[in-house]
Amino acid sequence: MVNAVNNSKEFSCHKISGGRAEAPCIISPDDICFYLCDPKTGIVLEEGHALKGRSLADKIVIFPSGKGSSVVQTDGLFQLAMNGNAPKAIIVQYPDTVLVASCIILDIPMVDRVDPAFYHWIESGVTLHLDADRERIRVMAP
Amino acid sequence: MVLTEEEIAMLEGKYGEGTALAMRIQVGIGEAFDAQRLVPISRAHVALSNQEADLWFVEKLLHLGAACRVSPTVNPGFDLSYFSTVATVKSQDLEQMARTAQAYRDIGAILNYSCTPYLFDNIPRLHEIIAFSESSATPYVNAVYGARTNRESAQSALCAAITGRVPEYGLLLDEARYGTVLVQIEARLQSDFDYQLLGYAIPKKIHGEVPVFMGIPKDVTPESLMNLGAELNTAGAVPMYHILGVTPEAQSLEQATGYRKNLNTVVITNQDLERVHDQISKKPGPIEFVMLGCPHLTLRQIQNIAQLIHGHKLRTELWINTSAHTRLLAERLGIAQIIEDAGGHILQDSCVDQPIWAHLAGKIGATDSPKCAYYTARRSMDFVIRSIEECVAAAIKGEI
Repeated sequence: MVNAVNNSKEFSCHKISGGRAEAPCIISPDDICFYLCDPKTGIVLEEGHALKGRSLADKIVIFPSGKGSSVVQTDGLFQLAMNGNAPKAIIVQYPDTVLVASCIILDIPMVDRVDPAFYHWIESGVTLHLDADRERIRVMAP
Repeated sequence: MVLTEEEIAMLEGKYGEGTALAMRIQVGIGEAFDAQRLVPISRAHVALSNQEADLWFVEKLLHLGAACRVSPTVNPGFDLSYFSTVATVKSQDLEQMARTAQAYRDIGAILNYSCTPYLFDNIPRLHEIIAFSESSATPYVNAVYGARTNRESAQSALCAAITGRVPEYGLLLDEARYGTVLVQIEARLQSDFDYQLLGYAIPKKIHGEVPVFMGIPKDVTPESLMNLGAELNTAGAVPMYHILGVTPEAQSLEQATGYRKNLNTVVITNQDLERVHDQISKKPGPIEFVMLGCPHLTLRQIQNIAQLIHGHKLRTELWINTSAHTRLLAERLGIAQIIEDAGGHILQDSCVDQPIWAHLAGKIGATDSPKCAYYTARRSMDFVIRSIEECVAAAIKGEI
């Protein structure tokens, strides 16, 4: 579902954790464990990770799935949030309970089941307007 | 979602705000996964972590008056009585552990402090619906016992313990439990350690699928299965697997796959294990300490260590993490004495990923556990990863 409105495109999605966010996106081809981010900067520390050295702070983070043990994911996100470096929102393909519970508890908007066309349209750095409650993602014109 | 009267009462605060909050989270998770209803649980395991988020959440629930309907077992933090005698441990870390212990005790948890509750304290039966967090525990109870749990977070498992309910979705339903990819093991599996590497090698090859392992021997040990599960959920998120001819829902290929045909087959060779081993281990050389017990070692593993160590003096520190039960048995059997005489330590209730290990930052150690090495990277510990036998030899020689 693609609607051209003022040069932006809108895509449908499915709400997991409610809320709204507008921020540049960052796309990770790899799964993410937020525990392996530096809470002071939001920078990914994990060796071999596609986003190693890049910051997730204040971004809308797009990735396939969460990973890591059942406690560290929440603590990772919690530490990022306490330092003001949490993602603004999360878009995943394969949600898991750990990530879902973490985002609900920490009030981080999160969606899945995004229109597949979305993934062809976006690239890292583009600003998104995500409304989890309305189940809509708008890709802002560059 | 359709809720019962009792569940609506919980949601509306008739049992207090704490229960209502726990219920809102359970319902939120259910809605995210399109669950139709909630179902009662008979057991729970909360992966207490003694981290800030963990303490923040349990205290929040407690202050809102929550109490557990189903008493959960909990993961290790660290042994306060031992570490309060260790000079390098900071008083604020001792305080946090004491607060964590108090909060979990008050909310009604069973303070067993073990990441392997499925071996003694909390053993479900086939088809039992439960809520287990902890990366080695979830696949063990699902795959090995055939109980049913999703891969809960510590927080969602605590909410399940408080409400006595979980949303019915995912691995609670037959459909999601069937194997969707065949994994033919051609690699040599000769020791418990080989399963650490196997578990670490699998997730990248089977994204999101339920593997049916073929070629794992019938006499696979509990320790091997413990290692396999821990690494499947460290390198990825694999809360369910089958072993053909071994696990209860895989007595035949048809049963394991729900009669699905034409499934993809992934082959795992020695090369795959070697590649993953090279990738995650530091290069061999001098080491300053050995850290074992992620997950907690069993009595059999500690007996083995005692035999290897008997009569030697260790050049490096050797830390063995285990449960209070196993520690008690090790004392009773004289094994603890042998290990302590050599200079090693057997710790109960403790986890490798805790602030008590701050003095090891910047040092290089040896461990048998990729999971241990993975999570402690954030504490600036580096590890050569080898079998327990090689790690113990390294503690004796000071190098690996």
